[in-house]
Amino acid sequence: MKFTQTEGKNRTDRQKVIGKATPRIEGALKATGKATYAYEWHDIAPKPAFGYVLGAAIAKGRITSMDTSGAESSAGVLAVVTAENAGPLDKGNFNVVKLLAGPEIQHYHQAIAVIVARTFEEARAGATKIKVRYASEPGVYDLEVAKETAVKPPARWGNEPDSAAGDFAGAFAAAPFKIDATYHTPAHSHAMMEPFASIAAWKGDELTVWTANQMIAWSRADLAKTLKMPPEKVRVVSPYVGGGFGGKLWIRADVLLAALGARAAKRPVKVALPRPMMANNTVHRPATIQRVRLGAGKDGKITAFAHENWAGNQKGGSTETATLASRALYAGANRMTSNRNATLDLPEGNAMRAPGDAPGSMAFEIAIDEIAEKVGLDPVEFRVINDTQVNPEKPAQTYSTRKLIQCLKTGAEKFGWSKRNAKPGAVRDGNWLVGLGVATAYRGAPTMNSGARVRIESSGRVIVETDMTDIGTGSYTIIGQTAAEMMGVPLDRVDVRLGDSNFPVSAGSGGQFGAVSATSGVYAACLKLREAIATKLGVAADTLEIDDGFAVAGSKRVALGEVAGTEGLSAEDKIEFATDREKHLHYTFGAHFVEVGVHAITSEVRVRRMLAVCHAGRILNPPAARNQIIGAMTMGVGAALMEELVVDKKVGFFVNHDLASYEVPVHADIPHQECVFLDDEDPTVSPMKALGVGELGICGVSAAVANAVYNATGKRVRDYPITIDKLMRT
Amino acid sequence: MRPFSYEKAATPAAAASAAAKNPHAKFIAGGTNLLDLMKLEIEKPAHLIDVNGLALDKVEATPEGGLRIGALVRNTDLAAHDKVRKDYPLLSRALLAGASGQLRNKATTAGNLLQRTRCPYFYDTNQACNKRAPGTGCGALAGFSRQLAVIGTSNTCIATHPSDMAIAMRALDAVVDTVQPDGAQRHVAIADFHTLPGDKPQVENVLKPGELITSVTLPKPVGGAQVYHKVRDRASYAFALVSVGMIVQKDGTGRLAVGGVAPKPWRVEAADAELPRGAKAVAAKLFAGAKPTHDNEFKIALTERVIEASLADLRRA
Ligand SMILES: Cc1cc2nc3c(=O)[nH]c(=O)nc-3n(C[C@H](O)[C@H](O)[C@H](O)COP(=O)(O)OP(=O)(O)OC[C@H]3O[C@@H](n4cnc5c(N)ncnc54)[C@H](O)[C@@H]3O)c2cc1C
Ligand code: SF4
Repeated sequence: MKFTQTEGKNRTDRQKVIGKATPRIEGALKATGKATYAYEWHDIAPKPAFGYVLGAAIAKGRITSMDTSGAESSAGVLAVVTAENAGPLDKGNFNVVKLLAGPEIQHYHQAIAVIVARTFEEARAGATKIKVRYASEPGVYDLEVAKETAVKPPARWGNEPDSAAGDFAGAFAAAPFKIDATYHTPAHSHAMMEPFASIAAWKGDELTVWTANQMIAWSRADLAKTLKMPPEKVRVVSPYVGGGFGGKLWIRADVLLAALGARAAKRPVKVALPRPMMANNTVHRPATIQRVRLGAGKDGKITAFAHENWAGNQKGGSTETATLASRALYAGANRMTSNRNATLDLPEGNAMRAPGDAPGSMAFEIAIDEIAEKVGLDPVEFRVINDTQVNPEKPAQTYSTRKLIQCLKTGAEKFGWSKRNAKPGAVRDGNWLVGLGVATAYRGAPTMNSGARVRIESSGRVIVETDMTDIGTGSYTIIGQTAAEMMGVPLDRVDVRLGDSNFPVSAGSGGQFGAVSATSGVYAACLKLREAIATKLGVAADTLEIDDGFAVAGSKRVALGEVAGTEGLSAEDKIEFATDREKHLHYTFGAHFVEVGVHAITSEVRVRRMLAVCHAGRILNPPAARNQIIGAMTMGVGAALMEELVVDKKVGFFVNHDLASYEVPVHADIPHQECVFLDDEDPTVSPMKALGVGELGICGVSAAVANAVYNATGKRVRDYPITIDKLMRT
Repeated sequence: MRPFSYEKAATPAAAASAAAKNPHAKFIAGGTNLLDLMKLEIEKPAHLIDVNGLALDKVEATPEGGLRIGALVRNTDLAAHDKVRKDYPLLSRALLAGASGQLRNKATTAGNLLQRTRCPYFYDTNQACNKRAPGTGCGALAGFSRQLAVIGTSNTCIATHPSDMAIAMRALDAVVDTVQPDGAQRHVAIADFHTLPGDKPQVENVLKPGELITSVTLPKPVGGAQVYHKVRDRASYAFALVSVGMIVQKDGTGRLAVGGVAPKPWRVEAADAELPRGAKAVAAKLFAGAKPTHDNEFKIALTERVIEASLADLRRA
């Protein structure tokens, strides 16, 4: 099914199941430990051997010699696989650095061997007996230094690195109010609960991997390419994923090394990355340095808007495009943005929840607060004044829906914003200085083609199969709701099967396109199945009604199971989005409100209250959407106050590579969080009339915390995270 | 992790003598620190002596009016103990500021005193670290040292002792009771128990080979108002950037020990004497001779502020 034009009325509008608060249909399995995560396929891949990954001890250079004999003769060791004996390997399209290195080392903890043994302990003990000699080479690890040699990166996902409209320089020079400030955001670790983990098993020349992955089809293709084998011979299974945040969009060392280890040991092999290897072996959100210049008139209207960004990555890696949101979020005729990418020898940088916009908004949403103060306007009011319904770079392009003003005003009202004292440092509660901050949340609502197969069984049950993944986001439930709505059955008569490359290729989970795209694919398959039912009943599809498990057409009323018969009845289709994306901008919006307390003497920061008011099209399952937003708010508090992968610029690695030293928020850091969705439907994007919510919540929230800290203390920290030492120095 | 042999000791003296016989033996109590370090090949004992069966899990009054805390009393139980809450609230608060509920359920009094540093380079066996691998250099001094010590350090090591409990014990003038392999007992003032790195950062205390901690004795209660203020990058479940354990009497005199700043619980009697004159005077004495790095020099000013905040809290209470 092609989606080409704005959707009219359709069956999803009934909202008998869609849009209703629905507990997760797989929740009980998870709560009782019966959902099989990647490392837990004990029944299907019994008695696997264990693979332990050995990471490079240097950041850059070469292995000059590697003696594996000690490991090979170590108790229980079945095989040791290195680049030397692994056989010829290619590299996946989405991988920048090699997943099994040698002799060249591209970054710290890059995998150089997998030791396979009968038990995990034996594999780990074997790993310590490998003797490696290296020749280190000097590397570049300091973005501040590398920035000077950064270059213009190629366009990615259709986004040019630079943009301009009007005359920024002239307008900035002439502006009565202006700011020019530079912001730093550090590298972040996905720090998802489930580490990278896989089990691999070979049957002849066919490979099955049970793994933790967001994008089944991409990863099947990349694993096959890396192993130089046909994709049809690779099956990827990943029905439950314990968090991904973008880190699991592509294959990593665990799955490749499990496959190689299983081939060498001639039995199934499981590999999980130990937590201390996660930060340096895998990918991270790259650090950025961002300069924002804003000019505004006496009326508070932005006249000049410049946002420049510098980030770094391994050679051939993508850049963290922090300026994309700045191009169209606020009005202003004169503007420019640019992105420059430096080459760094740190681990590979890649996508993490709201790539670009999360760190970008950390910078420019502070800048907006700064200019609003200069102009003497309330920051909510300032954002309202600078609202735009068109793309300010290309005014012919309009937003499909944009209710930012309503988000801001609703939030301000609910949060008690009018009580905010605009003068920083003026409100005290005992030893605590109290401040309020606001910021806009803004994130694109892309779509991806997505397929599904839907079957009715003779029992009347509806089975949905798609390679869509559920990374903790609630895909099972919204897909089930979609099928239930479309096929006229209660939700408990729907079985949803996900995350298997034997199923039709879906959008996968990423870029907050998963929910809207995957459910649209199911919608398309259901329409096809309805046609098949009509054909079978010999009626016209548009006269067919299906409700409560019965197909009704004219005087006919037949139970779905009966229509399906013993063979069952099935249909497969995919949604192909052919919407003219140039006509509209498709975005989701929100307003974050945060109250913090900052200890007047010690500068300790405590977040006291948080509210997000969002609009993101039709909300398919309100508690799941809320869960996404408050989870992202929590992540944003981490980015604001504590999260940083610290670079040792001499050795060239992330030093704090475990969860004791890379601190993420704990319960005690997170106060009452509220999330409100405005009533909304966007028929221009998909037949589901939904947009995405998975990434919206993290955009802007860190800046709202920073702005609240400023309001509390008068201290403007532009270098994240806002830790005590920085507050003391400011 | 290396293969190891294992035994359960029958008596404290038997445990000590078994340990003395095997230079690669270690005691294991809660295991919350030791097992982590063994998995990472930082500790490599060939033999483990399990002390959990020893009857060292009681909290008893001493004839002197103090409290004897068995080496195996769990941090959770100690923090919740009536007498501790009433007479030594500083200790209770310090314990509860440490680790997490689950860890405190396992962690023991002796194990807590002997836990090793949290320096990230100590934890990564690819990095230089004089404490883990003497003579290899100090990765932190040349690298990232924000968490590390500002005073009591040496050119070889600037690691901190991470215990919260020990800060309270230092302020309370606790005594560490031990038994030696020959059965003889020793009583070491906590001030003398932990050592400074000097040129031997791998040595962290005065215990002799095989010597087992049997209890920690607190002298009779000193009264006063007691606070433990721990400052860290998140609100819970993190090691201190700086922590202050302080006891102040009605007349303004008192004592304090500071965590997160030194290789041992940091107390300077001359600084105690400055308490009536306020935070600035105290900090000046506490940090005389401090050698902070660029990354961690804020700890000195921060400690002063935490002392000031603690004093303010006490004044209000
Ligand atoms: C994630 C995490 C966070 C933490 N956060 C904090 C924190 O915020 N604050 C804090 O203070 N602590 C913290 N801890 C440390 C925790 O308090 C210690 O791990 C615990 O107290 C150690 O006690 P244990 O009984 O488990 O010791 P074990 O691990 O069993 O032993 C530790 C050492 O003591 C030796 N030993 C044990 N008993 C004896 C004895 N009777 N005589 C002689 N030697 C003995 C052992 O041989 C070993 O060398 C944290 C730990 C973890 C894992
Ligand atoms: S500070 Fe001490 S523990 Fe840390 S790297 Fe240096 S020697 Fe090792």
